[in-house]
Amino acid sequence: MARVIVDVVLKDEILDPQGDAISRALPRMGFSFTPTAVRQGKSFILSLDHAPSASELKEIENAAATLLSNPVIETFTIRVEN
Amino acid sequence: MALDTVGIATNSPDTQQPWRELGLKEDEYQRIREILNRRPTSSELAMYSVMWSEHCSYKSSKVHLRQFGEKAPKSDALLVGIGENAGVVDVGQGYAVTFKVESHNHPSFIEPYQGAATGVGGIVRDILTMGARPVAILDPLRFGPADAPDTKRVLPGVIAGIGGYGNCIGVPTVGGEVIFDKSYLGNPLVNALCVGVMKHEDIKLAKASGAGNLVVLFGAKTGGDGIGGVSVLASETFSEKKPTKRPAVQVGDPFTEKVLIECSLEIFKEDLVVGIQDLGGAGLSCATSELASAGTGGMRIELDRVPLRDANLSPEEILMSESQERMCAIVPPAKIDRFLEICKKWDVVATVIGEVTSGEHLEITWHGELIVDVPPRTVAHDGPVYNRPYKRPENQGDLCADAAENLPRPTGEAELAEAILKLISSPNMADKTWITEQYDKYVQGNTVAAGPSDAAVIRIDEESFLGVAVATDCNGRFCKLDPYQGTQLALAEAFRNVAVTGAKPLAITNCLNFGSPEDPGVMWQFAESVRALADGALEMGLPVTGGNVSFYNQTGDVAIVPTPVIGILGVIDDVRKAISYRFTGEKELILLGETLEELSGGEWADGCGHLGGIPPRVNLQKEIVLADFIHAQRDYIAAAHDLSDGGLAVALIEMLLQSKTGATVSIHGDPFMHLFSESSGRILIAVSSEDSNYVVGKAADAGITTTRLGKSGGENLEISGVLSLSMLHLQEANQRTIPALFNA
Repeated sequence: MARVIVDVVLKDEILDPQGDAISRALPRMGFSFTPTAVRQGKSFILSLDHAPSASELKEIENAAATLLSNPVIETFTIRVEN
Repeated sequence: MALDTVGIATNSPDTQQPWRELGLKEDEYQRIREILNRRPTSSELAMYSVMWSEHCSYKSSKVHLRQFGEKAPKSDALLVGIGENAGVVDVGQGYAVTFKVESHNHPSFIEPYQGAATGVGGIVRDILTMGARPVAILDPLRFGPADAPDTKRVLPGVIAGIGGYGNCIGVPTVGGEVIFDKSYLGNPLVNALCVGVMKHEDIKLAKASGAGNLVVLFGAKTGGDGIGGVSVLASETFSEKKPTKRPAVQVGDPFTEKVLIECSLEIFKEDLVVGIQDLGGAGLSCATSELASAGTGGMRIELDRVPLRDANLSPEEILMSESQERMCAIVPPAKIDRFLEICKKWDVVATVIGEVTSGEHLEITWHGELIVDVPPRTVAHDGPVYNRPYKRPENQGDLCADAAENLPRPTGEAELAEAILKLISSPNMADKTWITEQYDKYVQGNTVAAGPSDAAVIRIDEESFLGVAVATDCNGRFCKLDPYQGTQLALAEAFRNVAVTGAKPLAITNCLNFGSPEDPGVMWQFAESVRALADGALEMGLPVTGGNVSFYNQTGDVAIVPTPVIGILGVIDDVRKAISYRFTGEKELILLGETLEELSGGEWADGCGHLGGIPPRVNLQKEIVLADFIHAQRDYIAAAHDLSDGGLAVALIEMLLQSKTGATVSIHGDPFMHLFSESSGRILIAVSSEDSNYVVGKAADAGITTTRLGKSGGENLEISGVLSLSMLHLQEANQRTIPALFNA
């Protein structure tokens, strides 16, 4: 069993209205810590019944670049949990 | 970081500058040096390069667009004309309406959702800037072939972007067009039109006057959006630790826009500004130089006061940034406290960034250092003007000689029935509900008619029954065959679409989408199109209130078919009397206008993969007679539908499908020709049997040709002695296409 997790976030320089809304909500809800910025994104969790091979990871990377993320405005990272 | 100041520029005349990378020509760069009598600073170079671009300066189109002023008909309705953010017309009862179209073609190709969304946001702010509440959005759209893989990428994103942004800001999307043609593959057209309503006394202008008045930037913070081009400058001047790539993609935030609309309207209501401008293309460069040059010329800006989303932005980038949802207002000092108070209430960031001065220069400082010192007119209005060569393409004659009237035609019942089914199921003619149902058409509660309809009809506000009707049209294939006639056909069609609702057409706007102006053939299309529109507007007595030019719409060397989208706005004194193309009960169907053998450039020819010949004739006087007739007889007309793309076949089937009935009609003469011809100046009306003799008599008095086609009823479309098709079958053919293509 392994899980391949693809994290997709907006590129740093792209406006993130949702992240900004979270940023503004934190003090309003009484949290005292104040991050200088909040960026939000999404995660895709791909479960496999085996540890992914190098070629499978390559394919997942391909899928991440073409299906799971919008390469014009987003970036992604891939991590594997065994 | 080395800051390039006016002082440094004066003392280092030989510094190499990346003017070429910024899109300037050598003589343009030399002219900037002559104007300033020194080399420009990098910030000045950024401002001039973006303001002198084709998009902002209209340098290739200006010489032609002058005709709109020279040939302008006298109009009492025009309150604000070309040159402001949008034109304004008087619609009576103390109300004024403003409307304008803009293009967001290229950004929508790169990133369909955000490109279309920010296109909507931009045009909405243009309308808001006039002092008006935005009340309706229409989107004329053009895509590549419906079955092309890239269309499957672009179309759903564009539709979702328009819907997402429009729905969030609470402005109904009520109409527009969706047209497919192979020439738009790789260059879709995403135009957006917005309508705004205000009282006469609320009109605002983009003008900075009154020394001592404050310049206030309000709305979203400034980030690195849309500054792809200027990054060469930043990297030259401020190399080291900057990210190499700056995004050209602007992301819209509709909730910020919604708050900005309400905040601005409250500010207008209390009369707190003397001038206002939205920040669109060219951002602060454009807003400051246009505001200053419309006033007395003097303005001082402290650029370091601009609130930033990204603290690393250089002054050049801040000047060029196209971050969305920002406005710039000129506020008298006595009113600034109240202004800021209102912004605070709406949670809108507002910052005083400078003031109007008694001088004649726009001066911009960065932490106390002078980085821009220019006469603002030279930036905003005195850009280069090109008289580009234009020439009718050599193959135009061959194209026009290859007429669709010579193509083999369907004959006999089976072939005709098949041709009709093919026509109404073609992507261009198919039912677009899959698209329009993604838009909120009824928010604000004033929508009387929305697509599918000939024109959108909107009530001005809930206090009144006064309304406006708006339509946009263009058949690019007609314009390819003859740009002059094609443009007048688009004008005639938009006019007719407004007229069939019973409204009185009042004013014209346009969005002229063409290929590269450096191609003499394209420039000829453009010159012919503008000449046709100016002539047509004069003949119809309608002012052109503004417009937009979008050049360089091409893939490689291949230009799109010329697409001058024409928008017409009409006024309807009582929206309860608005006519749609849906009727109830049994009605007599009457065709107004004359049908000629005109098939070239039409939908049937397109279905045969043919483009050639001469487009249908256009007679603007006849259009006016038809419009006056519909308006005068509206109490007797149960339904009316414009005949255009797809001719009588499509108009008849659409009217019957809307009315959920069949009909029995007879056609005298060649049934194919009468069903498929796209002659202009025709309207299909449905009239009660007891009124039909009266209506036909009145039409004859007005000199309008009438054809009594037959009666509605039954479950089939029966064309006597020709064919019979079940309405269910027709409905299925009409409604199946678009969902089948675009449902994921």
